[in-house]
Amino acid sequence: MSVLENSKNVSEDEEILERFRPASEAESVRDVSQLGEEDLNKLRQTGVDLDAGDRIGTFLQTNCGVTKCECQVQGVEMLPMTEALKKYDGLSEYWWKLVSPDKDAFTRETARDLDNGYFIRALPGQKVVYPLQTCLYIRSDNVAQRVHNVIIAEEGSELHVITGCATHPHLTSGLHIGVSEFFVKKGAKLVFTMVHNWGEEIYVRPRTGIRVEEDGIFISNYVSLKGVKSIQTFPTATLAGARALVRFNSVIVAPEGAHIDSGARVIHEGPESKSEIISRTISYGGTVIARGHLVGKASDIKAHLECQGLMLSEHGVIHAIPELEAHIADVDMSHEAAVGRIAREEIEYLMARGLSEEEATSTIVRGFLNVKIDGLPRELEEELQAAVDECQKGM
Amino acid sequence: MLKIQDLWVDVHGKEVLKGINLEIGKGETHCLFGKNGSGKTTLLMTLMGFEGYRVKHGNIIFKGEDITNLPVNERAEMGIGLSFQRPPTLRGVKLRDLLTICAKDADRAVSLALSYGFEDFLDREVNLGFSGGEIKKSELLQLLAQDPDFTLLDEPESGVDVENLNVIGEMIKKLLQKDIHRNRTKSGLIITHTGFILNYVTADKGHVMLDGKIMCQGNPLEIFEGIQKYGYQECVKCQF
Repeated sequence: MSVLENSKNVSEDEEILERFRPASEAESVRDVSQLGEEDLNKLRQTGVDLDAGDRIGTFLQTNCGVTKCECQVQGVEMLPMTEALKKYDGLSEYWWKLVSPDKDAFTRETARDLDNGYFIRALPGQKVVYPLQTCLYIRSDNVAQRVHNVIIAEEGSELHVITGCATHPHLTSGLHIGVSEFFVKKGAKLVFTMVHNWGEEIYVRPRTGIRVEEDGIFISNYVSLKGVKSIQTFPTATLAGARALVRFNSVIVAPEGAHIDSGARVIHEGPESKSEIISRTISYGGTVIARGHLVGKASDIKAHLECQGLMLSEHGVIHAIPELEAHIADVDMSHEAAVGRIAREEIEYLMARGLSEEEATSTIVRGFLNVKIDGLPRELEEELQAAVDECQKGM
Repeated sequence: MLKIQDLWVDVHGKEVLKGINLEIGKGETHCLFGKNGSGKTTLLMTLMGFEGYRVKHGNIIFKGEDITNLPVNERAEMGIGLSFQRPPTLRGVKLRDLLTICAKDADRAVSLALSYGFEDFLDREVNLGFSGGEIKKSELLQLLAQDPDFTLLDEPESGVDVENLNVIGEMIKKLLQKDIHRNRTKSGLIITHTGFILNYVTADKGHVMLDGKIMCQGNPLEIFEGIQKYGYQECVKCQF
């Protein structure tokens, strides 16, 4: 990036920050009973169900306040970040270790003035099949919500986390900054599923770092199907140990007016480590940038990148930017990218089976968004499909 | 059931069908022979109503109604079904879902797949990684689920190994009610390049298409024998 462009971004970032007041100045919701039916509906559409029996823990933050933080399973610790910092003396081993506080204006803002966030830790060997859910919810207008999350999957543990991020349906404007640092230790597995369900005037700036040790597995599923002003997300995973594995699956729809700059980077430092970045993007008139950057620095690694884009409007933009970067010879790295409209013959094939043109198109779109995710428990797969179905309503 | 009157069709500005006349009655199965590029597939695509097949002149009458300008799905609803020669792959769409669309009933879709030993394919994405024979089976299964009154089959035997030809034959027989011997109500038009399908399915009438015209009509087995012996050149000479 040139110096000029860089300074332009810096001033843009600061300009966005200046527009919003800190979440701590907004109303704080200290109990679920204070939430209305509209709030609960929006949360359900985001994959967060406060009544669901199959969630073993729930963390809900509304604006800056913790509305709920409960975990019923032994061997898994869930705390509001402010408490975790006190309990663990600043979490010095983990705090700002995978994301630099000086990365940009948003990380600096979060480092300076934190609202909260969640801390989740699975103790060694603890395998939890049912998911924990976390939700970062903005309920007041013109608020900047600044959170910092840490998840630690200790050696040999297994953890599934579903995160729903949403705003109250009547909100006109807002900013969410989410710094997340995930540590997957030796032989551990973390499945992290994130559903974004923002409003049309919301700015979203996640800043995420992941570190996976020997034989560890990290799977990320990201879904954003509704209107939003601007999302900028580019998690970076470092495969630090041998045979570590990471997968990033994302399903992104950009309606008119949305600007979504998304993607992931994987740095292979451990030998025989594997990675896969798969994205399915649709533009209904908005802009999607689908990035992928694979960096091979260790031998016998396997890395693959796949970007598929579907243009369903005459004036949207899909920009696929796949990058492969090998630093040694002994690597297997590949990518495929394809962007275009739905093939006429696919629509006519379904019409010949009796579907109208609109029904045929939505069947194909639904199929396109139905990313097959290996290693995902059945409950989560259903959850994800339900989120896709829910978000497709009214599209 | 189907009446085609002086049908002229353009594909991408090129004249492909040049005055086709054809009538297929209720309960009849007809066979259409012809070299590659003679216009056989174009005729089927035009009957189904696909974009890009522009009718310049003539009419298609189905069940007494002029369907020349009807959209594809309305023709399907009226009872026309087509087995594609090379159907597209539908990523993320399971065969189970497609069969349910065809049958308008999920249970019937599953039991059909079971009866033809195709249950392992129910949760596979439509046509993704299917072999030639599997594609044909899947096409015919969709048609059996759809249960059309008039079936268009585009080279149903191509790419199918001998072992599977029997099954394909059985499925077509079922579609065209070959298991009953009087008062059949289902009709069909089968395109065949090799003619092998005639070993499995009987046809009432054969036609030969050459350069966008139907040149010869008669007993399908006799026509096929003639083509095997003399090639299509004989048909050029033999004007009926």
